[in-house]
Amino acid sequence: MWIYEKKLQFPINIRRADLQMAKFLFAQYGGPDSELSASQTYLAQRYTMPTPETKALLNDIGTEELAHWEMLGTMIYQLTKDASPEDMRAAGLGDYYATRGKGIFQQSPSGEGWNAGYIQVLDDPIANLVNDMAAEQKARAAYERLMNMTSDPDVIEPLARLRMREIVHFQRFGEALMSLQNACAHIYAKG
Amino acid sequence: MTQQEMLKKMQEISFTLVELNLFLDTHPENTDARAQYNRYAEQLARLRAQYNAAYGPTMNFGLCPAENAWSWIDAPWPWEN
Ligand SMILES: [Fe+2]
Repeated sequence: MWIYEKKLQFPINIRRADLQMAKFLFAQYGGPDSELSASQTYLAQRYTMPTPETKALLNDIGTEELAHWEMLGTMIYQLTKDASPEDMRAAGLGDYYATRGKGIFQQSPSGEGWNAGYIQVLDDPIANLVNDMAAEQKARAAYERLMNMTSDPDVIEPLARLRMREIVHFQRFGEALMSLQNACAHIYAKG
Repeated sequence: MTQQEMLKKMQEISFTLVELNLFLDTHPENTDARAQYNRYAEQLARLRAQYNAAYGPTMNFGLCPAENAWSWIDAPWPWEN
């Protein structure tokens, strides 16, 4: 099970509203390569992983991704909470406001609801880990694009922290892949 | 330390522990990393106990005592600023 800890992984205190940026951040909150997709992928993949290291790693990185998803939700919440309906409309969030008000819904910036087709779960541990390494690089690149679209240090700093975590996750998944390939060499050698 | 400073310190130590935890998942034989993990875990437990005594529980489901009042429901929640 999971225990909730009443704190964010990194502090977030956004003082200036920016609805455009809030809209872009939905990419990592509920888009295809979002933190939500990463968490659901890893936490589902862990059941059929074959080694103690890979079960633990998917469990733990999957859990950390939930904390990252919470950071994205927090950023969107803080960026939108003081906005008026007119502000929402002017920032291209009129459709959003009409549909959900200021609820923080799992969707992409352009409004597609998050769906399970975004996640990848197989019983092949090598295919899973290679997928996960690609997912981490896609998320890293996404944070770089998002950082290019704002000059607010209150937003850039948490994005930079998240970007750094994707690099560490990629590294750990790479190590897990290598150890698995060594452990399974006898199986894969049969061709 | 103010509540903010204490929380920030907890976030820093917790972050180091996440980092060490993931490292140990793929390097379970690394005794240096394990010693560091135990050192930071002890620091975190001490700081969390101080924080909980002053400002109420930070974890639910029985992991933090609720001594004076049910202050679990009190602000600030993590997403609030
Ligand atoms: Fe990640």
